[in-house]
Amino acid sequence: MGQIVLTMQNIHKKFPGVYALQGVNFELEYGEVHALLGENGAGKSTLIKILAGIYSADEGKIFLMGQPVKIQNVLQAQAQGISVIHQELCLAPNMTVADNIFLGKEKTDKTGFVHFSKQNRAAQDLLDSFDLAIKASAIVSKLSVAQQQMVEIAKALSIESKIIVMDEPTASLTLKEVEKLFQMIEGLKKKNIAVIYISHRMEELFQVADRVTVLRDGKCISTKETSKTTREELIAMMVGRELQDLYKRTFHPLGDTVLEVHHFKRCHVLHDINFSLKKGEILGVAGLVGSGRTELARAIFGIDPIDDGELLVAGEKAAISSPTDAMGFGIVLVPEDRKGQGLVLVQSVTYNITLTILKQFMKGISIDHQLEKELVNSYIDKLSIKTPTHEQLACNLSGGNQQKIVIAKWLATIPKVLILDEPTRGVDVGAKAELYSIINMLAEQGVGILMISSELPEIIGMSDRVLVMHNGRITGTLTREELDQEVIMHYATGGIQHAS
Amino acid sequence: MQVKIGTDNWLIKRLLIATPVKYIKRNAGILIGLSAMCIILTLMSPVFFTANNILNVLRQVSSNANIALGMTLVILTGGIDLSVGAVVAIAGTMAAGFIALSGLPVWMALCLGLLIGIAIGCFNGTVIAKTGMPPFIVTMAMLTMARGLVYVYTGGLPIRTLDPIFNKVGSGYLGPIPFPVIYTIILYIAVMILLYRTKLGRHIYAVGGNREAARFSGINIARVEIVVYTIIGFLSAVTGIVLCARMYSGQPTIGNGFELDAIAAVVLGGTSFSGGIGTIGGTIIGVLVIGVLNNGLNLLGVSSFWQLIVKGAVILLAVYIDTLKKKSNKK
Repeated sequence: MGQIVLTMQNIHKKFPGVYALQGVNFELEYGEVHALLGENGAGKSTLIKILAGIYSADEGKIFLMGQPVKIQNVLQAQAQGISVIHQELCLAPNMTVADNIFLGKEKTDKTGFVHFSKQNRAAQDLLDSFDLAIKASAIVSKLSVAQQQMVEIAKALSIESKIIVMDEPTASLTLKEVEKLFQMIEGLKKKNIAVIYISHRMEELFQVADRVTVLRDGKCISTKETSKTTREELIAMMVGRELQDLYKRTFHPLGDTVLEVHHFKRCHVLHDINFSLKKGEILGVAGLVGSGRTELARAIFGIDPIDDGELLVAGEKAAISSPTDAMGFGIVLVPEDRKGQGLVLVQSVTYNITLTILKQFMKGISIDHQLEKELVNSYIDKLSIKTPTHEQLACNLSGGNQQKIVIAKWLATIPKVLILDEPTRGVDVGAKAELYSIINMLAEQGVGILMISSELPEIIGMSDRVLVMHNGRITGTLTREELDQEVIMHYATGGIQHAS
Repeated sequence: MQVKIGTDNWLIKRLLIATPVKYIKRNAGILIGLSAMCIILTLMSPVFFTANNILNVLRQVSSNANIALGMTLVILTGGIDLSVGAVVAIAGTMAAGFIALSGLPVWMALCLGLLIGIAIGCFNGTVIAKTGMPPFIVTMAMLTMARGLVYVYTGGLPIRTLDPIFNKVGSGYLGPIPFPVIYTIILYIAVMILLYRTKLGRHIYAVGGNREAARFSGINIARVEIVVYTIIGFLSAVTGIVLCARMYSGQPTIGNGFELDAIAAVVLGGTSFSGGIGTIGGTIIGVLVIGVLNNGLNLLGVSSFWQLIVKGAVILLAVYIDTLKKKSNKK
């Protein structure tokens, strides 16, 4: 115990426009559970992906048991005894537990055929050593999510891993299942295996982790023993960033109510959501990943159906069951996944911007390309989209400019309500500032804006008011005066708003 | 006045210079291949580069051209239609049958034949869009059913019809140009307008390019799919009727394997199999490559068995080159 198994030294990683890791140091001891903590985008997953061989670091060294190693791909990482259990499980659902555990390293007999009974026995022994009530011959898709997770862990153990990384392992588990998982982690510690544990749930860290390292903006802030720190201290370290002068918000009296949401419900995802939005207001929606923010946006925009509740646009009841309906009421959504949901990457800037408003250019059955070009150029000017021509393919532009195209596409419909889901994700600081001034300009023009964001400084810098969500509920509504990162974090991690 | 001349010049520039240059650039690889083939054949066979043979090639490729045109739209949406050959047969034999067996007037037989193609296409599209079953499976099932229906209707025997008007539809000439070539040109112009000038055209590219983004943009994906499969059904029916009219008979085996030639032409023309990328201009070249290859191998006296091997190898090679090109573009 106490011996160091892994050292990551001065790790740097740059992506186009984002400096994800800026000289991170990380140490892991045998038999410890070491938590990694940080906001979204702090660099946790980049660090893990470098360890797992998915990315390679631009700079920096990795030592395993004192020996420098190069990890260039996932297979090498596994050969070195590093296993990662991703948030999305990577099991073949229609095969048995034993098949999955020995996938790619099947136990064979002398003739080269798979020796199923030997494989089943070995798998069962492994499962039994943790007292897991799982049969090796069971089909994976019939198991609960928690059980599948344990199969993943067993799989990691079958290759004699020294280090197991768990990325948000409890995200989809019930309390009971979490207990079971923690028992298993205790078992791992006894076997002297080191665990890197990533979770947003503060209370869990104190339960399961020995030490915790906080990352922020790609830098390592501090490593603490969990017994010698507090929740408040950790939150302060996570968010303690100075508000930069990025947010040029001009505040002005708000207009009439433009959107009201009453009792929105969607099974397991949204529970009794109520709020209203005024013209010219920026209403921030904060919360952790999985808290139901995106689901709320999708429900309002008519992509997912709601089980109950109603929506009023400018006081009139609005029945929305598809994006087309929502657009009809002047509600539009800039989705969180720019490339997957916002753009047709293989098509031009023009094509993308006018996709929603082709009707305006129709002369008979044919599109007037001249008119179309004029409108597109006006948006290229207005939002200062940096593109050589309006015919450039969307995939050739930077993230910030792609995002501007998605915004332009929806502005062209002249919306009353603009929902922005993570509007500045993966965008560099310069482009962020530009996006903020666009958002501010729209609010000035009287558009009601619902802005979902995981970046607290952004939420605080831009919003008139903030809703905080946790587990599909609104746990806090804060006015501009009450905005504070630690208060938001309190509600976002399940804290309760005290009636004042 | 000056302004007007200016716009005229702009239009002429665009039509005569900009568009062809873009076209040649975009399809450079396959165009070089096609030209090389033509040059070699001209050198090796005295017959190849004659007006007669060229018109002959154009007439021969017109069937595949029609179907490949529809297939381009379908593949652009990320789908596939395997039932085209069977639709060719069902529309052709039934049109012939309506005249020869039921004694309907020719115009009515033609309309009914086309309607059958439209109905089958519409059915394919509706099933694919509404149930979410893979297009490959749905149209494969339709291929089998439609072919079966042809055998049931014809009893497995050709339906002969000597109706002169019907025959004229398939074998007439406008000046030196065979009717089937004229039909194909008209169809191409119509579909190009549809794809490049209308809303629906844009939506076809969006559905294939990024289905999620199309959904988030409020595009009615089901409608786009239904229309596209209906169009290919119609185009297959046209092809079937013209073929049967030219041969004085509805052959129950006609159209066998047409889907493969059409898919080959579309892919040769640079259309992405996953949808969203591709042009009709590319497909035209793809169709010509296959047509010239067939014609050239015939002129050179290569046995039809060997022709299959050569054709397959050419397709494999051409698409491989295209894949390499795309990879280097990405880097």
